[in-house]
Amino acid sequence: MKSAKPSSAKPRMTRSRLQAIFYTVAAVISLIGLAEATYLTALFLSGETAVCGQSADCFKVLGSSYAKVGKVPVSGLGALAYFSAFTFATFAGFGYARARKFFTWTVIAMFCMTLWLLYVQAFQLHAFCRYCLFSAALIFLLTGLVVARPAAETQEN
Amino acid sequence: MKRYLPFIIVGVVGLAAVGSGTFLYRTKLNANAPPKISKTEKEAGGQAVHALGPDNAAVTLEEFGDFQCPPCSRLSEPINELQKKYNLRVIYRNFPLANHKWAKDAAHAAEAAGRQGKFWQMHDLLYREQGVWSQSNDARALFEAYAGMLQLDLSRFRADMESPEIQRQVDVDQQRGAAIGVKTTPTIFLNNQALPANQLMPDEFPKAVEAAVKNAKPSS
Repeated sequence: MKSAKPSSAKPRMTRSRLQAIFYTVAAVISLIGLAEATYLTALFLSGETAVCGQSADCFKVLGSSYAKVGKVPVSGLGALAYFSAFTFATFAGFGYARARKFFTWTVIAMFCMTLWLLYVQAFQLHAFCRYCLFSAALIFLLTGLVVARPAAETQEN
Repeated sequence: MKRYLPFIIVGVVGLAAVGSGTFLYRTKLNANAPPKISKTEKEAGGQAVHALGPDNAAVTLEEFGDFQCPPCSRLSEPINELQKKYNLRVIYRNFPLANHKWAKDAAHAAEAAGRQGKFWQMHDLLYREQGVWSQSNDARALFEAYAGMLQLDLSRFRADMESPEIQRQVDVDQQRGAAIGVKTTPTIFLNNQALPANQLMPDEFPKAVEAAVKNAKPSS
């Protein structure tokens, strides 16, 4: 008898909390990616080279023709994408339903771009840049969240 | 208030990203800024010479360097600082040593960058990253990557690296050095006086330059 009240209140609490936790995690991951991409963009624009310890691979990747689209560095596009993901995650966390869709599509686009960049590093340049791999890991995490989210939301409903 | 919170968060993060990016860009730009007077001149024989600082500087520092030589790399930054501090005229000449596998290619890369007005940027980059490319199995690929980082025209850079003119330029520098007794690197002349090896240590070198500046400016 006593458990009837809490059981009706609990799902509502869980739902909003799960949603908040989910989008907060997504926003934090996007923020880390944004910081890294901003750093790489500033380096690129100033003509500075990003150093990867004693490894030469960073130069091979970041100095290659694949590192820019026209005059725009790929890291700049990455910064823009991370900022978009952060924005949509934040708004989705505050309950904006449309932002969830935008967040999903942004992450899908980032995931596709990441696959392409990993292919380029593995098969065209034969070199992996640590910064790029870190960014790829972040995007895989975001993708994992997006994939896991519908299940969580369905469960809540 | 809660209604506006996401806008505030996104706005703050956006401003912070733009602000920190701009700050980092400016900091790096100042650190990598080419000297005020940096040019490639023509000497009497029609050869190009890479010089920093004013023509009428009190002290001219002429370096015969090898991009793969570690002591040259250690002196690179002090020379840049002293050039700015005392407004020296600095002349760089290539003297790639035969026992350094990639030294000649590095000299060609610097000269090829010079064709696009970025000799000194490539010079600094090659010295800064010496530890990386000198141990690489394919340093030329890295030189191309550096050219990419300096936003050079890559196809022109590649063509210039192979061009006979660039190779002749490096050979002429080397012959010039050999003719005046240069045998090792770095060999540095201050107002045409060769510095002894003990003054090429990073601790001693600034003192030698300071002394040369004092001698050049007789006290009034």
